[in-house]
Amino acid sequence: MNIAVTGLNATDNPGPGVPVIRSIKESKEFNGKIIGLVYDSLEPGIYMENLATKCYQIPYPSSGLTHFYDRLELIHEKEKIDLIIPTLDSELYAFIKLEDQLNRLGIKTFLPTIEQLNIRGKDKLFNFCKDNGIKVPRNVLVNSVQELQKLPDDFDFPLVVKGIFYDAQIVNNIEEAVSAFQKLSYKWGFPIIIQEHVAGDEFNVVALGNGKGSLTGAVAMRKLYITEKGKGWAGVTINEKKLFEISRLVIEKTKWQSGMELEFIKSKNDNEYYLLEINPRFPAWVYLATAAGQNLPYALIKLAQGEKVEPFENFTAGTIFVRSSWDLITNIKTFEKISTLGEL
Amino acid sequence: MNTKNKYERPVINKFYSGMMNKFGSQTIASPLKEIEGKRLNDLTDKFGSPLFVLSEKKIRQNQKSAIRIFKTRYPKVQFAWSYKTNYLNAVCKIFHQEGSWAEVVSEFEYEKAKLLGVRGENIIYNGPEKSRESLITAIKDRAKIHIDHFDELYDLIELTDELKLKARVAIRVNMDVGIFPKWDRFGFNFENGEAHQAIRRITAQKNLELIGLHTHIGTYITYAESYKVAASKLMNLANWIYDEYKITIDYIDMGGGFASLNTLKGQYLPAEQTVPSLDQYADAIANGLLEVRYKGEELPTLYLETGRALIDDAAYLISTVIANKRLSDGTRALIIDAGINFLFTSFWYKHKISQATEADAHTENTAIYGPLCMNIDCINEGMNFPAMKKGEKIVMEYVGAYNMTQWLQFIKMRPNIIMIMNDGSIELVRKAETLNYLLEQELLPLKLT
Amino acid sequence: MNKYRIPENLAISDSGFLFLASTGETFSVNEIGKEILKGIQLHKTDEEIINDLLNDYDIDKQSLQKDFDDFILQLQKNNLALL
Repeated sequence: MNIAVTGLNATDNPGPGVPVIRSIKESKEFNGKIIGLVYDSLEPGIYMENLATKCYQIPYPSSGLTHFYDRLELIHEKEKIDLIIPTLDSELYAFIKLEDQLNRLGIKTFLPTIEQLNIRGKDKLFNFCKDNGIKVPRNVLVNSVQELQKLPDDFDFPLVVKGIFYDAQIVNNIEEAVSAFQKLSYKWGFPIIIQEHVAGDEFNVVALGNGKGSLTGAVAMRKLYITEKGKGWAGVTINEKKLFEISRLVIEKTKWQSGMELEFIKSKNDNEYYLLEINPRFPAWVYLATAAGQNLPYALIKLAQGEKVEPFENFTAGTIFVRSSWDLITNIKTFEKISTLGEL
Repeated sequence: MNTKNKYERPVINKFYSGMMNKFGSQTIASPLKEIEGKRLNDLTDKFGSPLFVLSEKKIRQNQKSAIRIFKTRYPKVQFAWSYKTNYLNAVCKIFHQEGSWAEVVSEFEYEKAKLLGVRGENIIYNGPEKSRESLITAIKDRAKIHIDHFDELYDLIELTDELKLKARVAIRVNMDVGIFPKWDRFGFNFENGEAHQAIRRITAQKNLELIGLHTHIGTYITYAESYKVAASKLMNLANWIYDEYKITIDYIDMGGGFASLNTLKGQYLPAEQTVPSLDQYADAIANGLLEVRYKGEELPTLYLETGRALIDDAAYLISTVIANKRLSDGTRALIIDAGINFLFTSFWYKHKISQATEADAHTENTAIYGPLCMNIDCINEGMNFPAMKKGEKIVMEYVGAYNMTQWLQFIKMRPNIIMIMNDGSIELVRKAETLNYLLEQELLPLKLT
Repeated sequence: MNKYRIPENLAISDSGFLFLASTGETFSVNEIGKEILKGIQLHKTDEEIINDLLNDYDIDKQSLQKDFDDFILQLQKNNLALL
């Protein structure tokens, strides 16, 4: 069983590839190779010992699907990949569009459909939640600074300015909003999402949907330490029924097939959980779920193979993760290899 | 003589973290040397450069497949070719032969459609500016007049009374379909009751016959579900009309706005990965129309004014490399003989650009500029492209929509447009402009001679 | 006729990977690029390098001259070739 995983960028804005691999390798049943697929020759996962058997550079999907596919096919010829697990938002469209082609090569995938992906798209989430009775902050989509100046009157600062794929910034006045708008649109394109700011504590859920409408597993976490970029640097698993109810509903309504992260804020005003965002993949803290008793990445592999997977019943609340920085040391020769040959 | 090694231009790349890795830098899949079997160099030898090339086969295929896609989802469908997208006679004629009517937005387009033999009743007359003279013609021709604002409605009331003739009208409705920006500058608003008010006014006139409802929710809409919302809102409005006035309308016109495979400049991912297919748009529209049960006597026909999605990929622009340059920061730049004057859409699209000759495998970040003496004349600010020699050809794809109508005559004459016909022959469908063509319109006051 | 110099602490590996130890910068060059750098390293003049390449590769002098000049410009911009 050879599994290819993307997103080995375990940086200060980490991709989930490393914890996904760590989870898979920890499963006693797993017996096979892990192939790391990387976009940059400095992705830390490349340099971690005993992580991936082999790493290959792949082109960004934005360079064109044909080219992207050709590279995957070449890697497949060498490594005989059985399953690919993409872990980054921006590459999902490409993998979904190529799903049939990959399946024909004998590479399995376990992905949501484009329609499902669009529902959770940051610009569409509002309507989805409204239709299903899930609390959600209001938002508008903005394509230009002129439109930004014409926000509805009842949108009061502070507001949250969000990129279509990544990044969010809280702004306190229109000047800050314009500057955030320009920065984010330059980076991620349009539209930009302007969202009401809900003050309160943040909670996250990692969930796995089996593609038929049921929830295979879910673990909730409260962030204990948040970096300047808003990333959880430490967190603790919690048991809160309400969070699972909402997560189950989302998985059911979307018939989600893949991992998912749901981001909530418990509003200080009404003590309700507001769904801020759905990320269409496992989060970078997914190993916490594994450690707490739900190895969701490995369960995904079994689902992808068509095996029946019993839903996880529980997990250990009070399991803590603390992320740490650790300098990996390597030689320029290693860097040269991955840079010039594209594989290591 | 001993055989020599294959030469490749020397290239150096600096590694930056986060930069496109070299396994991703070769974005050019392969050169595009031919269009439907015609070598690009042969075409430009004969017709000059730059050169627009249209494909009859592709246009017909696009229209046929669009009809099939919509007809398999909704029983009654009528397309009307959006003249503003491309109003070359040859292009319009093909669409008309494929059964499409004419959708025009100005007096000039209206006359062009009539000259092409389109019957008045098969012309949809849209747009915010309709002169009184053109409205008189349209009333007499029994054209379908889509009213954009109250002033036009009052004009029509006045004119039909004077002429003692009936006008066949629809109103354009704008609405909130959950997308931003809202296109609320055209037509009557649905949510605030303006549309209902306009309908009340129309039905009170004995000389105005309300035959349809029209909306056009925006342009390059990448979220198909918005059309579902729009379609069901119009159907609900149609039911309201039936309840109030017992009028069964003939049609619901969903306009256009489907995205093509061109990637917008602000888009992070290429269009091929994100743009819905025509099937998805059709699903959304048919579901929206059918989920609201129509109460009138007969289900209204679905009109579509699809432009871009039917013509964009049926045209190419071939251009010639004039020079190579290095900008002050070291970026390679290519100057070609077609700029924004002929490729107006490059203001908002990252057009797909290919070389027409076999080039070396190494690509480099390259800016592509047109020949105009203006800084804004930039086709692409930076894309991976192989080195090209002066005189070599490059070709831009998906240029069929808007470029042949919005193009500029600035310091250069507009070039030839040819069409590769179904039988393989090549026809010139618009001659390159000449100095005489320009001077014909000019008058030099005698005092200045 | 020109003679260029490359920085002393530039390591050129067979794979075309360059490491400039004084700045920590890294680059990659293709085969011909590597040949040119090696020529410079061996203290050859530009004419000698070009003639060597003309012997080995299937290319006319004018095109090669143009590419060579462009390549040298790139090297100079990155402080990899000094006159």
